[in-house]
Amino acid sequence: MERVEIESKLVDLLVEELGIERDNITMSAKFEEDLEVDSLGVVELLMALEDNFDVKIPDDEAEGITTVGEAVDIVSTKING
Amino acid sequence: MSRRRVVVTGIGTVNPLGADTQTFWKNALNGTSGVGRITLFDTSGFGVKIGAEVPGFDPDEYMPRKVSRRLDRNSQFFWVATDQALRDAGIVYDEDDPEAERAGVVVGSGIGGIITMQETMDVLRARGPDRVSPVAITKIISNMAGGVVSIDFHLYGPNTTAVTACAASANAIGDATEIIRRGDADVMVAGGTEAGICELALSSFSQAKAISTRNDDPAAASRPFDADRDGFVMGEGAATLVLEEYDHAVAREADIYAEVLGYGMSADGYHITLPRPGGRGAARAMDHALADASLRPDEIDYINAHGTSTKANDATETAAIKTVFGDAAYTVPVSSTKSMTGHLLGGAGALESLVCVLAIRDGLVPPTINYETPDPECDLDYVPNTAREVDVDRAMTNSFGFGGHNVALVFGKP
Repeated sequence: MERVEIESKLVDLLVEELGIERDNITMSAKFEEDLEVDSLGVVELLMALEDNFDVKIPDDEAEGITTVGEAVDIVSTKING
Repeated sequence: MSRRRVVVTGIGTVNPLGADTQTFWKNALNGTSGVGRITLFDTSGFGVKIGAEVPGFDPDEYMPRKVSRRLDRNSQFFWVATDQALRDAGIVYDEDDPEAERAGVVVGSGIGGIITMQETMDVLRARGPDRVSPVAITKIISNMAGGVVSIDFHLYGPNTTAVTACAASANAIGDATEIIRRGDADVMVAGGTEAGICELALSSFSQAKAISTRNDDPAAASRPFDADRDGFVMGEGAATLVLEEYDHAVAREADIYAEVLGYGMSADGYHITLPRPGGRGAARAMDHALADASLRPDEIDYINAHGTSTKANDATETAAIKTVFGDAAYTVPVSSTKSMTGHLLGGAGALESLVCVLAIRDGLVPPTINYETPDPECDLDYVPNTAREVDVDRAMTNSFGFGGHNVALVFGKP
């Protein structure tokens, strides 16, 4: 899957599943600080990533995700190796 | 020192007859039925296929998606009703408003987020524990309706929840009244909500033989006090009353709908679902409410009955009213909102309190619809099928819940 495709799918997910305003989403936006995703939301986000991209993200790898761009990175690595 | 008086200064509702007070009231006075075929799930295989749903409810029309997606339908209903009621009362608290600490919430709900509970069990069984949502529990718990409105509307005072089944929101209004009376708050959001129309609840109520099976004629299924009644109809929705200490309301020149005059409760101590024959427990709740209001029975101008349309409730409630009211039982108009809305369970007491408040304001009593054949055991004036002009200075509403909980509230002209 092309990176741009992953980006666009992820942004849709954030809007539809987590109720985040589309205009606030940039690749450098931090989930907790900029997008007001709380601790429960982080779990919901990971579940949404796993379900929608059919990947498995273990807790220790999930801890490294703080920005939207980093979420795209990890999904991209999982899918494309 | 005289007791602090409690008045109603705001109302709101979303229910099968309307998603706002005005629409609901117009439909209630017109004797409209909100009962139809269930659309919320596929009723194939179910003996009961009817219910009173809030038609076309879309939470995103009312609240941010970020809020709605973490709430069960029951909390969404309460959020909407509370938003309306606070606007109606003209009460808005900023996040740092010190007044907000004197404003609280009591909500009633019978079975909380049962739809989420059922959906989550499906996920758990099919996909395992690591696919269960982290907000499943917070959607299920009954108190979240009160929790979320305290967060979104900045209500930092006392906040609790009544879960006395179909008496829950009558308890909520009574308990909120007591909180203001004793001085712990000046404003209380009080109400109830229910969203229980799902496979789990419908099948169990159905197995308990509590629900009408009149699938071929849904609008005629809820027929309280009629000889051919065969059970209640599940309804859903919420109603909220803003209660306020009288001087507080006067000082800010609020419009006052009515005063909460009396609150009484009792337990049947008899059976998990059946009312005690003869209605002694229900009668004691009404007695206590009248005593709390310092009123005689003949000073009540209208009774909004619990009137569920079950064989047992309607006969027992009639007997209880006769015990309390004596000869006056035969002259006071008695009607059942549930004939139109179905049974809102934990939301019923609040919606029916709202009806009392509007009956007092407008001098109009909504009817008991589908009343066709008198039952010898139910021989009062049930305001059959057509609304009536009645000068209502004081109204009582009854609410009884599984477990044997009995609650009566009395409202009066301000």
